[in-house]
Parts: sequence; C-alpha cells; structure tokens
Amino acid sequence: MAVQVPRLVPRGARRRARSLASLAEALLTPHGMDRYLELVDPMLVRREIRGVVTGVRRQTPDTVTLTVRPSRAWRGFSAGQYVRVSVDIDGVRRTRCYSPTCSEHGGQLELTVKAQENGLVSGHLHRHAAPGMVLGLSQPDGEFTLPARRPEKILLVSGGSGITPVLSMLRTLVDEGHPGEVVFLHYANTAADVLYRTELAELARRLPGLRVVLAHTHSGGGDLHGFFERAHLHRVAPWYHTAQTYLCGPLPLMDSVRATFEADGLSEQLNTEEFTPPPVPADGGATGQVRFARSGRETANSGKPLLDQAEDAGLRPEHGCRMGICFSCTKLKTSGCVRNARTGELSAEDNVEIQLCISIPVGDVEIQT
Amino acid sequence: MTGLQDRLTPEQVEEFGREVDELRQRIVSDLGKEDVDYIQNMIRTQRALEVVGRGLLFAGFFPPAWIAGVGALSLSKILDNMEIGHNVMHGQYDWTRIPELSSQRFEWDTLAPAENWRHSHNYVHHTYTNVLDKDRDIGYGILRMDEGQKWHPYYLGNPVYATLLAIFFQWGVMLHDLEVEKVVKGERKVSELKDVRARILRKAGRQLGKDYLLFPLLTGPLAPLTFLGNATANLTRNLWAFAIIFCGHFPADVESFTEEETESETRGQWYLRQILGSANIEGGKLFHILSGNLSHQIEHHLFPDIPARRYPGIAGEVRAICEKYGLPYHTGPLRKQLASVAKKIVKLALPGGRTEPSPAPEPATVRRERELTAA
Repeated sequence: MAVQVPRLVPRGARRRARSLASLAEALLTPHGMDRYLELVDPMLVRREIRGVVTGVRRQTPDTVTLTVRPSRAWRGFSAGQYVRVSVDIDGVRRTRCYSPTCSEHGGQLELTVKAQENGLVSGHLHRHAAPGMVLGLSQPDGEFTLPARRPEKILLVSGGSGITPVLSMLRTLVDEGHPGEVVFLHYANTAADVLYRTELAELARRLPGLRVVLAHTHSGGGDLHGFFERAHLHRVAPWYHTAQTYLCGPLPLMDSVRATFEADGLSEQLNTEEFTPPPVPADGGATGQVRFARSGRETANSGKPLLDQAEDAGLRPEHGCRMGICFSCTKLKTSGCVRNARTGELSAEDNVEIQLCISIPVGDVEIQT
Repeated sequence: MTGLQDRLTPEQVEEFGREVDELRQRIVSDLGKEDVDYIQNMIRTQRALEVVGRGLLFAGFFPPAWIAGVGALSLSKILDNMEIGHNVMHGQYDWTRIPELSSQRFEWDTLAPAENWRHSHNYVHHTYTNVLDKDRDIGYGILRMDEGQKWHPYYLGNPVYATLLAIFFQWGVMLHDLEVEKVVKGERKVSELKDVRARILRKAGRQLGKDYLLFPLLTGPLAPLTFLGNATANLTRNLWAFAIIFCGHFPADVESFTEEETESETRGQWYLRQILGSANIEGGKLFHILSGNLSHQIEHHLFPDIPARRYPGIAGEVRAICEKYGLPYHTGPLRKQLASVAKKIVKLALPGGRTEPSPAPEPATVRRERELTAA
C-alpha cells in the first residue's frame, strides 16, 4: 500500500521556497543553514536527520522503548530496515544501529533498546532517555525487507531483542490488512522476557490470518517450549515450504533455523538479519586482512601502520607528517578494529574516522580509500 | 648561538621528550564533555555575533548601528577563524566524532579553502616549523623574516610588503597555498596546482559573493554602507590575525633551523624545535580566546591536536620543563612582541641586518654543577 502524501503546497510556492533556501545557503556560507537553525531548535535542521523522543516506556527491566518524531529530512523506512542512532556521551558522539519496531506506515519511529552488559549507547539510553531528548538519525538502510508484492504466506521468526525488525514487518502487514496467512514465532527465555506481549495479542485480534506463537526456552507457560527444532515448524506453520520466512535473533537460533531450511533445500526462501556485536580482537601479532574499499585492494595485515600498508599495496593515499599531528591522512574506517600507535587505544566501532599513519590494524579492517 | 643538536645531550633530549609525552597523555585522557561544551558555546557565540552584526548593518544609516554591526561582525570573523576554525581544523575535536567538529569537514569564514590550508598549515608549517626552505610560513614567500634568507634588493620593500600583507591577510593566506614562489623558481609546475586553484576559485567566489554582493544588495539603498561595513570587518580580522600569527614565530629571540639540523629527528628533538621556534603572548582570558589561544603558540606547537582551551592550563608545566632543561620560553606582552617583529621586518630589509638573539639561558644541569663547585 503506497501512502500518497497530499500536495499541501502549490508548485510555484514550492519553487519559491527552494530558491529562498538556496539564497539563504549562499548568505550563510561557509557554514550552511543547519548550523544556524539548530541554534534556535535542534529539530529545525533541513539536511540532517534528527529525532526528538516523545515517549519512553520500559517493558522489561533491561529494555527501553522510545517513540521518536524524526525531523523533516526523514524519508520513511521499509519494515525490517535499520537506522543509525547517535547520542553524545562524555563529549563523544556514539552511533549504533537499531531497527524500528513500528509499522512503516505513519511518520513516527519506535525503537526498543536492550541494555547490553557494558553497552555504552544502550546503557546510556536505558538510563537517560526522556521525552525531549534529541537523537541523531540516518536514513534507513538494510536489505532485510518484505518484497513490494507481499507474499501470501509469511513466517516471521525471532528471538530475544531480534524481535525488532520482524515486529515492524508484522505491524506493517496488520496495517495493510494482509489477506494471507502470517505466523509470528518468537523465542524468549521466560514469559517476563517477551517484549510487546500486549501489543502482540492486540495485533492477533486485528488480523484474522495471523497466529502469534510464543516459545519459552527456559520456562513453562508458553505455546512452545525449548529451543528451536524442526517440530516447531511443523506444529505452527506446516506450510512453511510455500512461504517466505524472515528470521532475526541470537546466533544459535539463526544457525539452527538456517540448518533446517538448508536441509529442506529452502535457503532461497529464508531471509535473515544478523546483529552480532563486533568481535573484540585478542592482542597477538598481525592477523587478518586489510581491505581498501575504494580501490578494491586487499592485503594480509603486516602489523605496520595502515598508511605504510596502503603504500606497500601500491596505493598513494594523501598524507603529511606521518606522526599523527596533521590529520592529512584521516580516512573512514568502515569496519574492523585498529590500535592507536600513540595511545594504545583500540577503536572497534564501524564508520569512524581514523588517522592512517598512527593506526595499526588488529584483525580484519576495511578502510574507505 | 647554541645549535639545535648541542643544546641537550641525547639522553637529556630523550628524557625531555618523555616528559612532554607524559604531559600530553595526561591531557588526552582527560578530554571530555567540558571541552565539547566549550567549543559549542564558542560556536554559538560566534553565530550570534554574526547574526547580530549582519542584522545591525540593515540599520547602517544610523552610525552607531553601523559601528556596532561592524564590531560584532569583526568579532564573529575573528572567533570563527581563530578559536574555532584554526583549532577545529587542527583535529583538536576529531575525537568527539561530531561531524560539525571534524577537521576534515570544517570550513571557515575566510577566502582560503580549508582543504588547501590543512596542507600548507597543518602539514607543512607544523611539521617543518621554522626550518628554512621548508616552512613556507617564514616570510610567506614575500618577506625576509630570517637572516638565513639571502638578501636581495627586492627585500628593501620588506616593511611595505608586510603592511600590505597585514591589510590583505586573508588574500595572503589564500594565495600562500598556491606556492607561487616555488612555481617561479621552477620547483613546481602550474599544472600540479590545478586542484588547489579550483578550490580557491570556488571558495573565494562564495566568500566574496556573500560579503560584497548578496548582503549589500539585500540592504537595498544601504548597499555601499553594507559593502564598506563588511570590508571593514574583514580588514579588522586581517590585521588582528596577522599580528597574532607574526608574534608567534618572529620575535627576535625565536630560532630558525636548517634542513641538515633537523634530519631524522627523534620525537624529543621535534618537541625541542617546536619550543625554540615559537613565542607566546601574555594577556588576559579574553585576549587568549580572541587569539584562538595562539597566544600560547609554544603549547600549540607542542600539541597542535589538543583542544586549545587546555593550553593556558598546561603553560606553567611546559615552562617548568623548559626551565629544568635550560630551554628558553619566549613570551612577552603583545606590544613587546609586536615591536620586536616590526624591528625584525625593518632590519631584515637591509643586507646583513643580523638580529642578535639574547644569550640562551644555560642548562639547569650546568648551572647546578657550577653551584656545586662554588659551594
């Protein structure tokens, strides 16, 4: 169902607004309009996307569910995709990916965040999220989505906090009044760990073809018990051979579902999304591959600073002092972990800028150069 | 005069380097929210001054409004260039991962494009500080600022060129990146500078467009007054930036070096050269802010990527380290440093024109030894 945005403003007026905006950009050069608008209200920005928290609730002791109203540059998302959410903690902007849990129809976002042990961002949001808090947002990303022509039979499987993208799919299907059969199979340790309990029951009432099945792995009281096994599929969705399946959850669940589908020759019909935390590398020698994404070059990590490794691979990245003071060789690290040769500090986050001349790769690293 | 190599023994240089590194590490691990709040506040202040200044010029027919407008706009440009732009583009806030504070993304309110300047300043000047024929900030390719530069009748005009450079400083900084003198000498080809030139044209077009075309036009009949106001604000910033920057490296006692002296430097030797090649300016808190804390040029040259607001706090320790190793710590009030720079500009217009540096204090170890012998 495509939602038509009504044209509230006539075309001529919109053109005038656009030329006014470009005049304003010219007047506010070199900083640009957003840098002034945000001083009045952080939500007024035109190019960047931000979201203001409008509601906070805590469904379980270790999660927080936020309702977020995005700023005007937000273009909407497809159920199953994720957004990058940024918050400033102790002066440093930290970014993590979260899948909205809401239906893709409607302008708001709902995010459920599980406080991870030692989780910087999840812990911060869990403790400090309050209405009025402003978050940085990205446009949505990710291929884990329902096809535009919705399959007739759909099986949604999730475990723990992997519920977020598949719940979004489910809510979207309910909003669309999906005429086919939908089974929502969710694994949680105990009844108390099931996120969105009441919402799930409400959704089941609204969509006649929907069956919500809760499996408890560590306690009784659910529709199913124990970890995933093939028998679960035969009990709740015996037609799964003719369905599209969407799966997201912890690695053991993903692995056993994948193995079952593979054995049945159904891998094509299984769509998955993984949220695995970046592996913290053990400090021991030079391991892994260094990939320079833009040039497509890849070399075995020699343990030298990245600038040397790039040059050894025949690349000529821009650089200057070679000792970490001039920032000429700053590049985006898209994935992997590097150690700062000056401070010994490890940087394991994706999509952060690093100085090639003083960064030593630890394991697999991908650099945007 | 004591040469760079024989000031300290290799062991002393190493020990000294370790002490400076420790100081650096202590500050780096203490960086946090206060530093970000400080720079964000500075940015808010600058934007407010800019909006107020531009606004007042719409009432520029009323002289007090014109003067206040020009004042606010001058302050805005000074803050933007010095305490915000210069420092952010040094990577002082890259650790925050905030895109608006990223050295790679920041663009400042002056003609020179950030990208060109990051090369000529962050890399060339800060790596080769005061090394003759390497550091192009010595004389900016037009002045004779060191007796090591060979005299030529052209340099008789030194005071005139310096005055013109002060007035048109933002143009000087912009053209600095073109390395014209290297092209004249045949060391660089014009074609190598295609990208630099393209960036200059794009950036300068926008800057000149807003200050000298769009804003004047928007004020309608006041256009000439607005034009004049914007030009005055640019001039004020130019004179101020020139004064602060020239006081940072060119007062009489500051040393320069040869390429041979600085070959295969250790980190400690590099730190040593930064101290000998820089000079501070004494003043109050507001003065330090308006100078972008380049009044703490010595601390800035030791730690160009540490937030400048930290320099006043560590200046005492840097000075103590200098004292311990018998190193000079060049400092003085603005008028003294300015007079010293002016004298140098005039003296070096003439052949020879050697400026006699005052004798360097003897190393503390030597002094202690003598005291012990005396006792």
